[in-house]
Amino acid sequence: MTARDLILGRLRAALAAPAPPPAEVHRDYRPAGAVAADLDVLVDRLTDYRATVHRCADADVARVVGEVLGGRRVVVPPGLPPHWLPPGVTAVTDDGLDAARIAAVDGVVTAAAVAVAETGTIVLDGGPDQGRRVVTLLPDVHVCVLRADQVVATVPDALARLDPCRPLTWISGPSATSDIELDRVEGVHGPRNLHVVLTAGPGGG
Amino acid sequence: MRVALFVTCLADTLFPQAAAATVRLLERLGHEVVFPQDQTCCGQMHVNTGYPDDALRLVRRHVRVFAPYDVVVAPSGSCVGSVRHQHATVARRAGDERLAGRAEEVAARTYELSEFLVDVAGVTDVGAYYPHRVTYHPTCHSLRMLRVGDRPLRLLRAVRGLELVELPQAEQCCGFGGTFAVKNADTSTAMLADKMRHVLATRADVCTAGDASCLMHIGGGLSRLRAGVRTVHLAEILASTEANPAGGAVATPATGGAR
Amino acid sequence: MTETFLGMPATAPPGVGHLRGDEPFPVAARRALGDAQLRRNVGHATSTIRAKSAAVIGEVPDWPQLRAAARAIKTDTMARLPELLEQLEAAVGRAGGTVHWAADAVEANRIVTDLVRGAGADRVMKVKSMATQEIGLNEALMDAGIEPVETDLAELIVQLGDDRPSHILVPAIHRNRAEIREIFLRTMPGVDPALTDEPAALAAAARRHLRETFLSTRVAVSGANFAVAETGTLAVVESEGNGRMCLTLPETLITVMGIEKVVPTWRDLEVFLQLLPRASTGERMNPYTSMWTGVTPGDGPQAFHLVLLDNGRSAVLADPVGREALHCIRCSACLNVCPVYERTGGHAYGSVYPGPIGAVLSPQLTGVADNASLPYASSLCGACYDACPVMIDIPSILVHLRGQAPHPRGEAVAMAAAAYTMDHPALYAAAQRGAKLSRLAGPRGRGLPPPLSGWTASRDLPEPPPQTFRQWWADR
Repeated sequence: MTARDLILGRLRAALAAPAPPPAEVHRDYRPAGAVAADLDVLVDRLTDYRATVHRCADADVARVVGEVLGGRRVVVPPGLPPHWLPPGVTAVTDDGLDAARIAAVDGVVTAAAVAVAETGTIVLDGGPDQGRRVVTLLPDVHVCVLRADQVVATVPDALARLDPCRPLTWISGPSATSDIELDRVEGVHGPRNLHVVLTAGPGGG
Repeated sequence: MRVALFVTCLADTLFPQAAAATVRLLERLGHEVVFPQDQTCCGQMHVNTGYPDDALRLVRRHVRVFAPYDVVVAPSGSCVGSVRHQHATVARRAGDERLAGRAEEVAARTYELSEFLVDVAGVTDVGAYYPHRVTYHPTCHSLRMLRVGDRPLRLLRAVRGLELVELPQAEQCCGFGGTFAVKNADTSTAMLADKMRHVLATRADVCTAGDASCLMHIGGGLSRLRAGVRTVHLAEILASTEANPAGGAVATPATGGAR
Repeated sequence: MTETFLGMPATAPPGVGHLRGDEPFPVAARRALGDAQLRRNVGHATSTIRAKSAAVIGEVPDWPQLRAAARAIKTDTMARLPELLEQLEAAVGRAGGTVHWAADAVEANRIVTDLVRGAGADRVMKVKSMATQEIGLNEALMDAGIEPVETDLAELIVQLGDDRPSHILVPAIHRNRAEIREIFLRTMPGVDPALTDEPAALAAAARRHLRETFLSTRVAVSGANFAVAETGTLAVVESEGNGRMCLTLPETLITVMGIEKVVPTWRDLEVFLQLLPRASTGERMNPYTSMWTGVTPGDGPQAFHLVLLDNGRSAVLADPVGREALHCIRCSACLNVCPVYERTGGHAYGSVYPGPIGAVLSPQLTGVADNASLPYASSLCGACYDACPVMIDIPSILVHLRGQAPHPRGEAVAMAAAAYTMDHPALYAAAQRGAKLSRLAGPRGRGLPPPLSGWTASRDLPEPPPQTFRQWWADR
């Protein structure tokens, strides 16, 4: 008998007598679509968890990136809109770079898939403008450009928009720990600086 | 209203003044109190110590004794909690569905004292007089099993002469827990030490609660410390009047190890 | 090997893993209570987290509805556990992962060890996981000549300090910053001797210490917070980024998961991802949550193995009352509100699962006789039930398990006698009058023998009143 058959047999025996009645799940909580997204709430929550938020027009993204990363070297995913990068920043495109090479740069600039206002969370789904998971992990500064129409109010809203088959990274502020006296301190293994650039979207204000 | 007193074995045996005060209070409010003589113990100690089989006969007795009454009142959150949340379970565990059903009927008519006063009798000012500085400890079972909420505090606030002081970290357990106090005496004592520290910080004369068991625990610790704070059951405070002050019902006053 | 009827629910085997303590809870608790530093550390940390958690839970208008939904989802999951696991297995397989089944700790350790060897590695990096601690994976790996490196800051503190975890979420909760600094200075190669005890400085030291390990280790072992049956998606919830490192950088990822961690649908995550961080670390959302489905070409580990672990869970599932303990999402809110845990810390519980949830889970995983003192390690105050984000009725399970625990013979005789007496009112009244005999026990009971001396060591007994209530009533 395989371990699989053994375990499944045990579980079926455990549930045999008496069989538990079927449980009905009532979803009386706020479902996806129940609440409108509030950008100010997102900014408040991001800031509360030590992310730095910049609000600007899409055309001004390059200026903000320059302010944050001017004169430094960054890695970017292959699908990043080129106009987000200012001339003063040296960008290397991730075309399968090895980890050591990525770890050696100062920062990373990406887009995002979704953001959750209530929790101050941005979600990356590995799209061409977000790249492989490793590029947003090893550099110490992450600049994430977010469009207003990507912001949803709640966690249910975000899950409804995301594709579970893609590798997803939910980010709420910079790397942190509560392991010392249950006191939250920022800055452990992931990027210690998170900048979120919130735009109205291409062509918008 | 005709009220059957569920005295609880602990109050009957060691804290009769709390039970007698319950009687005086209910009678003063115009209720007829009866005491079913065949009651003994609800069986909570047996259930909580791991002896549901032994508890079964006590559950059966309790249900038989109290089934005839429309309203049952006890000066204990913990014992009412057992009646409401454990009796039917004990019966079902033994396969006695009929007993479980009757236990649920009795439980639905059984009230902790503050619940009865506020919800059934509809009073918060019971006409009491008690000129002391008092702090209130919400016992765990009244707080979390029965959800009595602020009913005891509303009753206490209406007592003339009474100065109510808030107990810091009031909702922390005093460490009694029935046989927990003996089986895990060291942990229980550590919990008690913190509870007593908070009681003493209020500089109250009296610490009150709705359960004689927790008061026995807190009072026993305060007595050992010779702290000078007395433990007095909520019923005794509510029964107290200018004409008949607390402590006069039974031959000796407060026994709770609290002097 | 004992003759076991195949297919019957089985408890976790002894001799492997960390589910059984060396001594009964009251004995271990007594020692812990004598450690004033430990009590200060745990008391400070739990009161901090209680306040943070209460504040962020207060922001969520539908918290009660989320709790109720979580409870219902878990109840439904347990009722359909076999089919959901089969569904998960198929979905993970379709996405390029491999599923292994481990009936107990020994089998799980063997599977992981073989996979690491098969990958040609002699070192693995680990992201904090209760399941791998439960089965003693680190010891098994070391026996096989494989070095496990814990990457979670608290786990690292525990591993470097040659210590044991004492909390589900924060395994080093019993250590304060000064003690952590001392451990780092003593054990971390190349650490700056001027290291301060500022938490940020300590975190930075861990960052430097582990960076090279992250970049050079080819195999990682993780646990899982959730696994979605319909999609095959795994989720790991963390804070520091060490989880992302382990889930992203190595060639091979091995995830060891208790079978109860499966949830039916993708949508179900919308409930648990709201409940877990707020109940656990008191954050609106933890810094990082990683979700992956099998293997993504070109991104992350190209070999993914999921080990589904029973190790006693089938026995828990077989108890209609106790199976609710399998609903646990390991948030540790019950530990943080427990007045017993706050004073004893986690080591006194013996098992890797401490606190109220440990007191109901460990005895069921091992069989109650092997952890007989744990169901009694509670005053039944009920704070755990109120705090639990998935509404596990821990006090009722504790009472239920006490009914299964082996009892001291003298106690059992006394309890039966007491029940008999209390079922005979005349005998009962006589016994009440006899209660006055306790005066023979000396002033306020100080001369009583054990176990009653446990009471009188710190508390006076009340003076027996001259009349019982029923005597007073009869005389009225």
